[in-house]
Amino acid sequence: MKHIISALVENKPGVLAHVSGMFAARAFNIDSLVVGRTEDPQLSRMTIVVVGDDRVLEQVRKQLAKIIPVVKVQDFAGQPVVARDLMLITISAPPEKRPEIIALIETFKANVVDIGQKTIMVEISGPEEKIEAFIEICRPYGIKNVARTGTIAMPRQEKTAQEAAAE
Amino acid sequence: MKSDSSHSAGSAEKSPILKSGAEIAVAALIDQGVDTMFGYPGGVVLPLFDKLYDAPIRFIIPRHEQGGAHMADGYARASGKVGVIVTTSGPGACNIVTGLGNAMMDSIPMVAITGQVRTDLIGNDAFQEADTTGITRPVTKYNCIVKDVKDLARTIKEAFFIASTGRPGPVVVDLPVDVQVNKTEYDPDVEMKLPGYKPKIQGHLRQISMAAEVINKSEKPVLYVGGGIIIANAAQELRNLAKKAHLPVTMTLLGLGSFDQNDPESLDMLGMHGTAYANYAVQECDLLIAVGARFDDRVTGKVKAFAPHAKVIHIDIDPASIAKNVRADIPVVGDAKYILTELAKFVEHRDRKEWFTKIAHWKKKYPLGYDKKSTNIKPQYVIEQICELTAGDAIVTTGVGQNQMWTSQFYRFKRPRQFITSGGLGTMGFGLPAAIGAQIAMPQATVVDIDGDHSFNMTLTELRTAVQYELPVKVCILNNGYMGMVRQWQQLFYGKRYSKSYLANPDYSKVAEAFGAVGITVDKKSDVPKAIKKMLTEKKPCVVDFRVEPEENVWPMVPAGKSLNEMDGLDLLESMA
Repeated sequence: MKHIISALVENKPGVLAHVSGMFAARAFNIDSLVVGRTEDPQLSRMTIVVVGDDRVLEQVRKQLAKIIPVVKVQDFAGQPVVARDLMLITISAPPEKRPEIIALIETFKANVVDIGQKTIMVEISGPEEKIEAFIEICRPYGIKNVARTGTIAMPRQEKTAQEAAAE
Repeated sequence: MKSDSSHSAGSAEKSPILKSGAEIAVAALIDQGVDTMFGYPGGVVLPLFDKLYDAPIRFIIPRHEQGGAHMADGYARASGKVGVIVTTSGPGACNIVTGLGNAMMDSIPMVAITGQVRTDLIGNDAFQEADTTGITRPVTKYNCIVKDVKDLARTIKEAFFIASTGRPGPVVVDLPVDVQVNKTEYDPDVEMKLPGYKPKIQGHLRQISMAAEVINKSEKPVLYVGGGIIIANAAQELRNLAKKAHLPVTMTLLGLGSFDQNDPESLDMLGMHGTAYANYAVQECDLLIAVGARFDDRVTGKVKAFAPHAKVIHIDIDPASIAKNVRADIPVVGDAKYILTELAKFVEHRDRKEWFTKIAHWKKKYPLGYDKKSTNIKPQYVIEQICELTAGDAIVTTGVGQNQMWTSQFYRFKRPRQFITSGGLGTMGFGLPAAIGAQIAMPQATVVDIDGDHSFNMTLTELRTAVQYELPVKVCILNNGYMGMVRQWQQLFYGKRYSKSYLANPDYSKVAEAFGAVGITVDKKSDVPKAIKKMLTEKKPCVVDFRVEPEENVWPMVPAGKSLNEMDGLDLLESMA
């Protein structure tokens, strides 16, 4: 089962290496890992999507919490959460196909961010399933390039990073 | 903590007293109570070594940084204090990786300060540069590089705090040479900034009373205790609990010494080379009370078949150790000393006559043993003699392999910090440097390294360190010419094909003499007690080369992947009982 784990970590060098190294050393599977700043310059948030059974996930949480610069670990499984992924995708789009492609883009509430001679670059965000669905829809036209951020997530009615860290 | 008020910050009128990073490091170490250090100099730690030149710190220079790290480790295990080592960058830092891994696996408090190239050269493949924080991250509890001298005092304080609290472990502070030279004020009372580190000491009271309830109901309980008891200084609390509730106690390799093995309630060690009575008791118990132990594969054997009828209470300060390998019915996170004290309040004494009768039967039927009639020198006999002639009071270190397992079986340990061995990492070569570290911590104690010939080969250069610092460590080599445990496995599981497990050894007594130590060779059984007695009276380091039976095996043995009750060698033990 996929779990979204959110870790507040001290914003200092080496923390990402420590976390990713721990995952590798203990043979945990990471689906995606996103690091970004929070409203508190001292803290960063890592959002990690992990696949595993309950026993594995319990170890993931505990081993993460054990890392000294990791301040707080939350597993969002079983609680209402907003999860989003951002993708940039370049699709092959010769002029005769463009109206059709643009109609699809509008249906998905995505944005055209660049148009070339033969291609269109699209920005799309949303839950992972929506992104996956858009990729499948685009596939017949020819996908030139894909870049994705991986999942970030936040439970509904989230506390600030500082409040969460203080708990 | 000592503090020198004239050095404290905040006096607006006076110009601040500036100190170099090297001076701050030394002052911070002294403020942490460090009076003994191990280390080896080199290019980028020269500023630091210059300040150590006249510092009030006893400094031990090993012959190799690995030896230094094991000395700091042995020092920490014998004293309960933090072991400190300083090395240079690059090769110096790389050479302590084994020592750090060893301390990490066995939860030993250590701080290593490693030199690093100038901050503006980092990442340039400079001379003697290594990515020390990158290399040591998986083998440390915490590590960091100090790039600003203003962070140095706080970082050293944090390093000692992290190393010595919670589940202890090694911490590396990487210190670039320019940071050792740059100046700032030294504030001994600087506050630590560790928002992510809050070790839990007090166990949950509800969990503790639940545990007590289960203990009171149990007909066939076993206390299974590990190195955590020794780290937490909880041997007395363990004893109180075992006596009050009347519980048999089995120990892991690192737990030996936490409960007096001469006590009738001791089941001695469990696991792969544990006693038959400990393993049978664990397999048959209805309640397993694990304290400061982590269900290592050498303890559990086939994990699915481990203690199949037991409820499990698991008490540990490290939440990640609980339910990692074996499910815990009642987990209790916290410090063993605190929790055992609380737990003892709620438990009741029960006779458990049937259970203890059964245990006594196993003890009688399958005692540890060997062929005492043999005219060859049996390694087990040598250890029994060492135990007897030191009145079971020595601090004992070991190498890794057969020598280590026989020592765990045939030396009877009475008290914590008496047995110093490389458990988790299984580092051959640990014995001699660990003995040196222990002897420095305990100058009055008799310290004996019971070693294998090939374990000793790995770090025997440290013999000269023992000679230089006039440390009367004793090395007893159980010399069988083989990497004994490798040979045993090859005999049992690889059709006696002794692939690369034999090495031609030097004459160890001559080696010892060349180093300035005393060397003795023993090749007759009848000479064993005499040689040990002579060794014990020597003021110099002393090496005794016991030419033991070359193909002796360690019994009993639970083959890898088998469950604890599937021990080999029981018929042998039974026949010798």
